[in-house]
Amino acid sequence: MVLARREVATPPAGRGRGRKTGHGSVRGNAVRFGLMAVPVAFFGLFFAYPVVAIVGRGLRTDGVWQFGRIGQVLSRPDILDVLRFTTWQALASTALTLLIALPGAYVFARFDFPGKQLLRAVVTVPFVLPTVVVGTAFLAVLGRGGFLDELWGVRLDTSVWAILLAHVFFNYAVVVRTVGGLWSQLDPRQEEAARVLGAGRLAAWRRVTLPALAPAVAAAALMVFLFTFTSFGVVQILGGPAYSTLEVEIYRQTAQLLDLPTAAVLTLVQFAAVGGILAVHARTVRRRETALRLVDPAQTARPPRGAGQRALLGGVLLTVLLLIVVPLGVLVERSLDTSGGYGFGFYRALQSADASGSTFLVPPLEAIGNSLQYAAVATLIALVVGGLAAAALTRRAGPLVRGFDALLMLPLGVSAVTVGFGFLITLDEPPLDLRTSWILVPLAQALVGVPFVVRTMLPVLRAVDGRLREAAAVLGASPLRAWREVDLPLVRRALLVAAGFAFAVSLGEFGATVFIARPDNPTLPVAVARLLGRSGELNYGQAMALSTILMLVCAVSLLLLERIRTDRSGEF
Amino acid sequence: MLALDAATVRFGERTALDAVDLEVADHEIVCVLGPSGSGKSTLLRVVAGLQRLDGGRVLLDGADQAAVPVHRRGLGLMFQDHQLFPHRDAGANVAFGLRMHGVSRAERDRRADELLDLVGLPGAGRRAVAALSGGEQQRVALARALAPRPKLLMLDEPLGQLDRSLRERLVVELRTLFGRLGTTVLAVTHDQGEAFALADRVVVMRDGRIAQTGTPLEVWQRPASAFVARFLGFDNVVGATVTGTAADTVWGKVAVPDGSPGGRCELLVRPAGVRIGGPEDGLRCTVGARTFRGHHVAVTLRPDEGPDLEAECALRDAPDEGATVGVTFDVAETVVLPPAGPR
Repeated sequence: MVLARREVATPPAGRGRGRKTGHGSVRGNAVRFGLMAVPVAFFGLFFAYPVVAIVGRGLRTDGVWQFGRIGQVLSRPDILDVLRFTTWQALASTALTLLIALPGAYVFARFDFPGKQLLRAVVTVPFVLPTVVVGTAFLAVLGRGGFLDELWGVRLDTSVWAILLAHVFFNYAVVVRTVGGLWSQLDPRQEEAARVLGAGRLAAWRRVTLPALAPAVAAAALMVFLFTFTSFGVVQILGGPAYSTLEVEIYRQTAQLLDLPTAAVLTLVQFAAVGGILAVHARTVRRRETALRLVDPAQTARPPRGAGQRALLGGVLLTVLLLIVVPLGVLVERSLDTSGGYGFGFYRALQSADASGSTFLVPPLEAIGNSLQYAAVATLIALVVGGLAAAALTRRAGPLVRGFDALLMLPLGVSAVTVGFGFLITLDEPPLDLRTSWILVPLAQALVGVPFVVRTMLPVLRAVDGRLREAAAVLGASPLRAWREVDLPLVRRALLVAAGFAFAVSLGEFGATVFIARPDNPTLPVAVARLLGRSGELNYGQAMALSTILMLVCAVSLLLLERIRTDRSGEF
Repeated sequence: MLALDAATVRFGERTALDAVDLEVADHEIVCVLGPSGSGKSTLLRVVAGLQRLDGGRVLLDGADQAAVPVHRRGLGLMFQDHQLFPHRDAGANVAFGLRMHGVSRAERDRRADELLDLVGLPGAGRRAVAALSGGEQQRVALARALAPRPKLLMLDEPLGQLDRSLRERLVVELRTLFGRLGTTVLAVTHDQGEAFALADRVVVMRDGRIAQTGTPLEVWQRPASAFVARFLGFDNVVGATVTGTAADTVWGKVAVPDGSPGGRCELLVRPAGVRIGGPEDGLRCTVGARTFRGHHVAVTLRPDEGPDLEAECALRDAPDEGATVGVTFDVAETVVLPPAGPR
């Protein structure tokens, strides 16, 4: 008897795995909209409402919209200069970041060397560092009386190079993580197949690897462009009066010149630009989700072989040393370098309010406690809001949900200054009079935390196979129990990673916090900026000392994350 | 035990289950056999409660299950790709169902060990799921499904992803095991070998309907239609008109068993019934491909007219490729099938 299988009938086409049960789609939609309700309400109340209100205040007189003002503002030469500079420096920063970080992405993806884990953590530290600290660190290297100034008399703090280098420093990890993460999972056998078919080494890379990587490179480039286009803290500290980005200009127009119409127009311009970038980003990300053969990263990394590969590894290590380790090291060094030799003098000075003259009402050290408390509350809010949003987005669905997805990213790009100021003018009357409430700061910080939570949770939630839940159900688990037994354990790591990111960005949030933090309750970045704004060696030293503390807090939370994170969880 | 009463499921335009009636008795092993897309997996999902019916009923021990959610049906289901929980070890996977049913920890551990023994993985309780081979995962999945003592165990392509020798061994083990435990089993597979080796009763499905039900021997000997015959691997099927004990076909006159119904029909000649002789005997054919199948050779024959024929013969009797031979048909290996109706 021949029992070999033979298929005779052709199976009907279109039999997908994602079959929906008849009632499931209706109830699923209800559940999804229920989950979306909290995030939508949160963003409506604490994001859209303040932003719209402040734009309205700038562009409306006596209840009539004055759209003519947009044209007026946009034809001013000084504003055009700001726009031109903002775009130019973002493009230059992005190009420079790709140039410097792509070799790093390759090295992290394909090479195996001792200390790789630690190095990966080190390059990620800058990304979670507050922009104020990054600015301060570069000031300590490139600025007046800085490291290079002392050594060779070189000063870059009034040049655009300081801004560009700080942006590379800040975004190096974005490229290494996004591109390197995918690169390490690309199956090397694809390239080998091309080689066997007669392609040279370079041709194989160009025809096989590059097309697979291109969407990731594009996505990383867009993220870097977004971050640098809206850069605030770095430019505020390093740019001096000569260089101003949109965000800095919005701050100047709002806080210093009290020119709300101009600020409103600039906010709209930035909004439109960021919306455009995010739309392109969403498209590239979706393209990136196309089927690639992914393998375990552990299988693709090899120790470097030959002089060329060793030289590449050495070059990347040197870059990391110069670009990342040196600025952070100098920052620490400066914080210890008191007039009476090395010591903890500046740190001790942080304990009293009057050491810095009239800058503070309370000892600057209290800012640490404030920051930690605010960040903890902000993390909690971001986890709840972002977690619900990610849960709602888990099931793939129509354009409505995709739009919601993109909307969640907006706080990353919309002027934090506008949000902060918007909080002050909208949340100051009953029923929502929060102006004197401490919750205002965590709310603003949570806004920037939510996108990170969503981006980290979503891929992991989507990866949970629905049939595992079915398996649990058949074995007797109720739906809630199945969620607790299957989903929760599988996403617990991602949840921790998301919490860590949300905590770090909340800790470092500056643009909005600088407006709404009360003078007697400053956060760390606000205190640093305030100290830097004063002259005198003691103030400078204290700024360095506070920045060092902030850096250490961020670095420690990151190192904890690095232990639990899986490289697949998310884009950042 | 289990009864389906006109069970119907539609996915948009397509009907995955079309008024299916099926009964499974206590301690019976029923295998649903069909090509992919025939609705057999949907059948299991309907019984488990993972798929809602668009019409008809599912009854377990006579009780309508419409209002009973998945986790209260007390069934076992072994998924096609196992779906072991990756974050638990083998023992915790097996004990999962017991935990859901509130069994005490000591009892759970005891029973999990016992079941791992039963499926041939003694002492594997602490092993990580990812560290198990495909066959071992299969066994853990089986132990997990058996652990809560389900009244009905359902298997979806139970041996689908395993290599052939392991599959053949496991089929025998499974049948012995189910016999010993007295388990009632409803399995689905596309592999007829698996179905015939495992089942007391085979149900062949096509396009959401049942094409034939019977013991493996009945189905094998008397396929109910040309579809079933072809699905079982018999390709020597032609249209024919039966008069008395002979049928007119494009291959010429073929003798049919006594008592065959007259009129238009489809005629099946099993490969073993295709006799190869000299060019002057019977139907003239050219010898096409010869495929070595171990204990016999399958020979493709090209008649001057009509579809190709497949013949089985011993290696030393096999004609050379390209030779011209004559073919006669053995009446004992000839089956009259109902005419191919409109679908």
